[in-house]
Amino acid sequence: MTSSLRLRAGLVSIALLAAFLGVWHLATRSTGATTTMSPEYAKLMGLTATQGKSAMPGPLDVGAKLWEHLKRPFYDNGPNDKGLGIQLAYSIARVGTGYLLAVLVAIPLGFLIGMSPLLSKALDPFIQVLKPISPLAWMPLALYTIKDSSISAIFVIFICSIWPMLLNTVFGVASVRKEWINVARTLEVSTVRRAFTVILPAAAPTILTGMRISIGIAWLVIVAAEMLVGGTGIGYFVWNEWNNLSITNVIIAILLIGIVGMLLDQILARFTRMVTFPE
Amino acid sequence: MSTFDNPFDPDRNLRAGCACGQHRSAAEHDQAALSLHCEPVESEEKRYEGVVASAVMRAMFPQDAARRAFLKSVGASTALAALSQFFPLKTATEVFGQAGAPEKKDLKVGFIPITCATPIIMAAPLGFYAKHGLNVEVVKTAGWAVIRDKTINKEYDAAHMLAPMPIAISLGLGANAIPFAVPAIENINGQGIVLAAKHKDKRDPKDWKGMKFAIPFDYSMHNYLLRYYLAEHGLDPDTDVQLRSVPPPEMVANLRADNIDGFLAPDNICQRAIYDGVGFMHLLSKEIWDGHPCCSFAASREFITNAPNSFAALTRAIVDATAYASKAENRKQIAEAIAPANYINAPVTVLEQVLTGTYADGLGGVKTDAKRVDFDPFPWQSFAVWMLTQMKRWGQIKGDVDYKTVAEQVYLATDTKKLMTEMGLSPPASAYKSFAVMGKTFDPAKPEDYVASFKIRKAS
Repeated sequence: MTSSLRLRAGLVSIALLAAFLGVWHLATRSTGATTTMSPEYAKLMGLTATQGKSAMPGPLDVGAKLWEHLKRPFYDNGPNDKGLGIQLAYSIARVGTGYLLAVLVAIPLGFLIGMSPLLSKALDPFIQVLKPISPLAWMPLALYTIKDSSISAIFVIFICSIWPMLLNTVFGVASVRKEWINVARTLEVSTVRRAFTVILPAAAPTILTGMRISIGIAWLVIVAAEMLVGGTGIGYFVWNEWNNLSITNVIIAILLIGIVGMLLDQILARFTRMVTFPE
Repeated sequence: MSTFDNPFDPDRNLRAGCACGQHRSAAEHDQAALSLHCEPVESEEKRYEGVVASAVMRAMFPQDAARRAFLKSVGASTALAALSQFFPLKTATEVFGQAGAPEKKDLKVGFIPITCATPIIMAAPLGFYAKHGLNVEVVKTAGWAVIRDKTINKEYDAAHMLAPMPIAISLGLGANAIPFAVPAIENINGQGIVLAAKHKDKRDPKDWKGMKFAIPFDYSMHNYLLRYYLAEHGLDPDTDVQLRSVPPPEMVANLRADNIDGFLAPDNICQRAIYDGVGFMHLLSKEIWDGHPCCSFAASREFITNAPNSFAALTRAIVDATAYASKAENRKQIAEAIAPANYINAPVTVLEQVLTGTYADGLGGVKTDAKRVDFDPFPWQSFAVWMLTQMKRWGQIKGDVDYKTVAEQVYLATDTKKLMTEMGLSPPASAYKSFAVMGKTFDPAKPEDYVASFKIRKAS
């Protein structure tokens, strides 16, 4: 990629953003007082009703509010009102726990299934049925059996992030080139050593791709799960602000969810690049 | 509270309520502090000593006049000495004090962010839980089904529930049957029917055929009141209109998006719709049934059995908070205390309009109704019987219903009455009262006849 192309792409990005913000600003301008009201009545009403202010906040409102949040991200006003930094930390911790558990289960299991054609065939119907289930469909069942909402949320993350990893590991392990395995066999390498020195490096890029897909899904699901169980986390923050019909805060949360999701994805993308090899 | 006053004060009426520390002179205060007074409360023990002594005095002198005469003639300290001679006041106090210490101090109480939960919420920032020796964390919860599940799963020790919910849970409607109990009602009145602004001219319910209405939950007073109201105006709520269960915050958004035509919802949601200019107040729920219950404070039987003193202390805190909230002069302060994001998370203006009863009606007028919402903790068993009749009427319960037994098991009128008496409040003598809903009198003794008297109901 030439530097001039990169520059031009950057310029187009900025122009698009500016155009988007401009349209947003114009679309949400207040229309001015629409109807005449007695001052006594107007005092009891919101700005939407009195000033004809759009129910949708403009970019300036969102910017100001965002600045307010960024100034004090870690405040704690009791169990139902914590700073955005704390909420994000809760969500990331939940995703991290559920995801790591899924990694611990999916990769060894995937290896096993991938190396054994019998298991692969036998387990295939189960995996195919379980894979397409929406993770939130597990929620009532989890709440009912686990009887603890925060563990239920972690379970939901676990169950949703396990399938892409499992399937990719199976696929990666099963499709290691036969020549390499045969070479290892001729050299009389033991099964365990073969798994670690030949199959793992060969399958690593596919496995990491699976992990990358999984983290994306896990982050998508945590917001919905936290909206359901409440208490803490960025999903709860969205719900709490929605309760107050504060669209401004909801937009800020959406922005932050996007940024954190992108960061998580980029981290795994970097890992993937590290293990990729040219053939 | 009279529970805490000096039973050896000849001028004090033991039966009526009185606030602690309101002495008429400094000398009297000193004297009180010397003997058995508890204000300022020195210790739990002292307070219980007062309660026990007052109970003993009451037993010895059933007539106030006789007690006063006795105390006047011998003096309080002599009386106390004489009393302790033949009554083991110290031991009795110890026993009472032990019975009073909560088994579990750190409690979690769930709530839904609406003004119905006012006593539960405000008891935290205004210190009512702390006053009764509890450390309570009030936790905001996403919806009625979630609050039900979390309370059943024991994540919450007690919770804010819609008044019919504990009955439904105890009967196993929409959940596994788990015995629940209601020691206190939260609020009476305080709901409303809000219609979308475009229906300004459709004030007659007869024109509402085909409209879509939102209610917060199937087992809610909102559902029963709206159905009742529609049926009284000749509409069958099951066939002529659509009723949808919608979480309260989404009601305003749905009304704005034109997905629903109106709702019967808890306040601050009604006022919020007006505040945002999307709807107007058609009718306060008080105009359907003045003094109807809405939300309740509920706990499982298991919690009550395992931690009876914690439960009693919680109930006392709620009753105390409810009494405080029922006073009009406190309402502004309460609105400010519960508005922040940690609690209800709503504009103070909206909460003030709900709690003070001076509100914009959404049609350009300002209305005043001091009883728009009120707070009265007493769990009338006749309320429970009425809810059961409506559950039966709309097919939520099939077959025969033992109205009285269920009502008495779930609504703990007797226990609450005892607590209220101990606290020096004056609870009603009976747990049943008759009331009128839209002019039609309800007799709690004849629930079957009441159900049969409605023309519009689900055939069962």
